[in-house]
Amino acid sequence: MTWIDAVIQGILLGGLYALFACGLSLMFGVMRIINLAHGDLALLATFMVLVISQHLGLSPFAALVIVLPGAAVVGYALQYAMFNPSLRGGELSPLLATFGLSVVIGNMLLEVFSPDTHSLSAGALTTASWHITSQISISALSAVIFGAAVLVLGGLQLLLSYTQLGRAMRATADDARTAELVGINAKRVYAIATAIALATAALAGTFFGMRSSFDPTLGPSQLIFAFEAVVIGGLGSLWGTLVGGILLGVAQTVGAQAFGAEWAIVSGNVLFLLVLAFRSQGIFAAREAHQ
Amino acid sequence: MPSDSQALTARGLSKRFGALRVLDDITLDVVGTSAVGIVGPNGAGKTTLLDLLAGATPADSGSVSLSGRDVSGLGAAARCRLGIGRTHQVPRPFGGMTVFENILVAATMGGRLRGSSANDNSLRALDATGMLELGNRRADTLGLLDRKRLELARALATGPSVLLLDEIAAGLTEPETDELVEHIKQLHAAGLTIIWIEHVVHALLRVAERLICLASGTIIADGGPQAVMNDPAVVDAYLGSAV
Repeated sequence: MTWIDAVIQGILLGGLYALFACGLSLMFGVMRIINLAHGDLALLATFMVLVISQHLGLSPFAALVIVLPGAAVVGYALQYAMFNPSLRGGELSPLLATFGLSVVIGNMLLEVFSPDTHSLSAGALTTASWHITSQISISALSAVIFGAAVLVLGGLQLLLSYTQLGRAMRATADDARTAELVGINAKRVYAIATAIALATAALAGTFFGMRSSFDPTLGPSQLIFAFEAVVIGGLGSLWGTLVGGILLGVAQTVGAQAFGAEWAIVSGNVLFLLVLAFRSQGIFAAREAHQ
Repeated sequence: MPSDSQALTARGLSKRFGALRVLDDITLDVVGTSAVGIVGPNGAGKTTLLDLLAGATPADSGSVSLSGRDVSGLGAAARCRLGIGRTHQVPRPFGGMTVFENILVAATMGGRLRGSSANDNSLRALDATGMLELGNRRADTLGLLDRKRLELARALATGPSVLLLDEIAAGLTEPETDELVEHIKQLHAAGLTIIWIEHVVHALLRVAERLICLASGTIIADGGPQAVMNDPAVVDAYLGSAV
């Protein structure tokens, strides 16, 4: 029974990883940018939620009403101010630009908030849980996070498949220059993609802050989990990213169950390396080969 | 369809790539609803001229206006929305999308249409290029003729007043070329202004009312198709390049 519990907890944890990862996946899919600042931007949003909820006495969920649109605006502006110009400098420039941004945000958070740990209170959700058997219980917060992850990733997939904006994104991802020639403003499409990516990152960061304590140094580790989820699932496929996040979560919890808690991260990394070694295109590689 | 006297005007267009002067001071007036063919040896700057007109490449100097409106400062996307459609010599479909999606995205973004009018316009573009039965195919599974037809349909779906065609007959068999020429003739008859670069001159002459010959980045002949084809300078430019 403890094994079943480990798998269930892993699936729920995986939902959070997938939520972290979907913005990374979207930005890579649409404009081939690997955003190394993704984890730090998510953490920045977490701290914004913390500040707003403390100063205005709001619950973190209420603070999201301000922080999610704020994150989208920051993403839109960041794309125009920083990422679009960097795309002109070849493949390495965006990587270096986002790496620099990551360092700046990480150190800024450290400067302002000191290395102390903080946490967000999800209120009654934090302690509520369903006891399915004596050994298996599902926390309400984990279930809410997982549900939100499925909704967000499913919603993004529907957006890409069936909306005008989604078709413009796919066309731009396919060939930005040709997209311009059918009337698509590629820079604007990129900015919208980054706006969506940062809003999802802010949501993931907030859930992360409700689930566990956090400090300004955790951005890079969140980036690694998100990156692993994207790679395991296969680049460019959002359903793949969801499955990748879940597999990573299960690998961590089952690894912890088998070998002890300190093996959780290692087990996840081993799965990541196995996928890289034997199926480097990921488990659900996007069918469209990108040139 | 605009019936203005000047559909598209270029004034003093020049473009260099490094030390190479590709286009030198090109001035061109295209009358509304006319069909203009552009010929010239390889490397004459024909494709670059279309790129400058469409805004895909910025000109070093000179201006472009569409129906009297200066569009020189606008990028490709904005010019497309104002009515310049363009096809590529080597088709560039959005491979991961279906044929219908390729056209629909052009109709909604380039043609600024919504909902059912976007759908209707896309279906008309499919119909005008004989692709109705291929709507649900993924674009990267198409053969060359169908890719060329998709280029044309996608450009049409943006609702152009001026259509720029880049060697649309290149690589096609005779019957395939004939079929495309028929589609283009019908579009021209329906009032579209067409500027068409082509090496397959006999296909071009079935549509073009005016022919321009470009060589080494300048216009060396401009006028009626037969007069231009018989022009000694044109014959010379072609023979010179054939060696």
